[in-house]
Amino acid sequence: MPDAGGALQPAGEPVLEAIGVSRLFDVSRPWLQRVLSGGRRQTLRAVDEASFAIPRGTTFSLVGESGCGKSTVARLAVGLYPPSGGDIRFEGRPLRTALAEPKLRRRMNMIFQDPYASLNPRWRVRDIVAEPIRAFGILKSAGQIRDRVGQLLNQVGLAMSDGDRYPHEFSGGQRQRVSIARALSSEPDFLVCDEPTSALDVSVQAQILNLMKDLQQRLQLTYLFISHNLAVVRHVSDQLGVMYLGRIVEYGPGEEIFRAPRHPYTRLLLEAIPDLKVTGSRRTPVAGEVPSPIAPPPGCPFHPRCPLANARCSAEKPGYTRDGAVLVACHAVEEGRSTP
Amino acid sequence: MKEPLLDIQELSVEFPTRRGLLKALDRVSLSLAPGEVLGVVGESGAGKSLTGAAVIGLLPPPGRISGGQILLQGERIDNLPPERMRRIRGRRIGAIFQDPLTALNPLYSVGRQLVETMQTHLRLPDGETRRRAIDWLQRVGIPAAEQRIDAYPHEFSGGMRQRVVIALALCAEPRLVIADEPTTALDVSIQAQVIEVLKGLTREHGTAVMLITHDMGVIAETADRVAVMYAGRVIEVGPVREIVQTPSHPYTVGLMGSIPSLETRVERLRQIDGAMPRLNAIPPGCPFNPRCPNVFERCRVERPELMPALATQAACWLYDAASLPAASPVPSAHA
Repeated sequence: MPDAGGALQPAGEPVLEAIGVSRLFDVSRPWLQRVLSGGRRQTLRAVDEASFAIPRGTTFSLVGESGCGKSTVARLAVGLYPPSGGDIRFEGRPLRTALAEPKLRRRMNMIFQDPYASLNPRWRVRDIVAEPIRAFGILKSAGQIRDRVGQLLNQVGLAMSDGDRYPHEFSGGQRQRVSIARALSSEPDFLVCDEPTSALDVSVQAQILNLMKDLQQRLQLTYLFISHNLAVVRHVSDQLGVMYLGRIVEYGPGEEIFRAPRHPYTRLLLEAIPDLKVTGSRRTPVAGEVPSPIAPPPGCPFHPRCPLANARCSAEKPGYTRDGAVLVACHAVEEGRSTP
Repeated sequence: MKEPLLDIQELSVEFPTRRGLLKALDRVSLSLAPGEVLGVVGESGAGKSLTGAAVIGLLPPPGRISGGQILLQGERIDNLPPERMRRIRGRRIGAIFQDPLTALNPLYSVGRQLVETMQTHLRLPDGETRRRAIDWLQRVGIPAAEQRIDAYPHEFSGGMRQRVVIALALCAEPRLVIADEPTTALDVSIQAQVIEVLKGLTREHGTAVMLITHDMGVIAETADRVAVMYAGRVIEVGPVREIVQTPSHPYTVGLMGSIPSLETRVERLRQIDGAMPRLNAIPPGCPFNPRCPNVFERCRVERPELMPALATQAACWLYDAASLPAASPVPSAHA
């Protein structure tokens, strides 16, 4: 089934490739409680056979509602979680061996959602930014490190003198700039950005998104971008994956998916978004809510909310169907029951 | 025009701190007609939530009203003793907050919370309140309301909880609801459902809503009029279509341009450089002048009041004929 990677990937070796990656979490109650009250082991399938490939210098976005597993993919991609199944490759080598080599390890980094929690409040900004440089031993002398930190701060639109200040002296947007400077300090070419702007106001979000685009062009960065905001995703993505209950249900070029969404979930998600153009108009809300990933529905995980569901959808898990450049996991699309 | 339901006149709120007084709201004037939905937008710290808190008399201490007045149906409510204000809150003004989990009491079933609210404000017989509570849960779209009425808040999902909060805010049939970021904590597909419920019920009952949010999309499809706040002041107010499509104030123009669109993809988003000033460092004149692309001398010395601008009211000297320098560019949202 997971043919998503190889077939879709454009020319050039992907920086990161996931092949049928799954991640399970044990969410059972403690052993003693299970023995006493007769509960069973429970596992949560946070990511279910996800496959994708990110070519160099491009942005791959994962979008979905809370609990769909997109942040778990982010953590899998930098090795914070080992996968329970499948394979992740960084520049063609298994991620695990790549991580063991500092030379490769430093070439990936992460930007987190909350700039208030991801910076140590007791460190000066210059030490926060210098930490990866010191940890990887990239530069040795204090003077070199100071110059490099100044250069990094300039690159993200801060002044060298800002290095003497503490995180609490900065606004949310400025702190996110500090996070970006820190992520860039190990000279990475692959960045995982987990909701980097969702804690920010829109005007600040625009500044950060523009900055990230500039840096991508200048430094040939490759991004894995995680977000729940479809408008932001549309703005940044080259390739896009829509996740629902741990599965990538639609995968392909961002422009193509926004032009003609195939999967019923993607369509409903796009319709659910309030848009500036449609003043006063009524939207079609998606009915129902995301089911618990501990007990996902059988068959297609979306079938209880899907307007196109039939008996097959509730029994059989759909494989991927190719439609142009897009892969869709949906029986209705496969059988031609959906009219785009 | 009908008599306004809510009339906020030149409201100022200040916070005494060790380093001096901080002016968090500076002569804010807003009014709501009966049944109208007024969107209040702005970035964090612009004073939008504080305006809502002042109306329901729940300013966080040590904040206090230092000037102006708030009239509800012609009656002053900003200087009422706490006991009288408490009777207005809930009965005549309902409130919906961002986080439905903290707005509900975790120790009481949702039914009991609804019943208690109605008993306090409506003086109905006991059986009647329970019947009405079930009715309200049905109207906000909670399935199997008869069984769910005795469930506790933790047994509901986020979207369902926010529906309960809406039922709670509306069950005493207030004329005005202050909704402060009612959908921010929810997923997009749930947001649409909750907005739909809020819109439908308030229209049905003719309830006016002050909808405070930073999500312009929600405002665009819900509000009748919009007030844009910046650094504790209202800098533009007008009908929603005009604010979104042809805004007048350079800040609103920048704000609209910085929102990524689903329709079209641009290489770079329009961005407003810099950040909103801190409350202890609001510049003289127009608070937006250090970031404004159209700034001129008068903006740095004299504070503009709301004045007729393109299709709205904006606090910007660009629209004052007397101050207009010969070739001053009028900003355009779609440049």
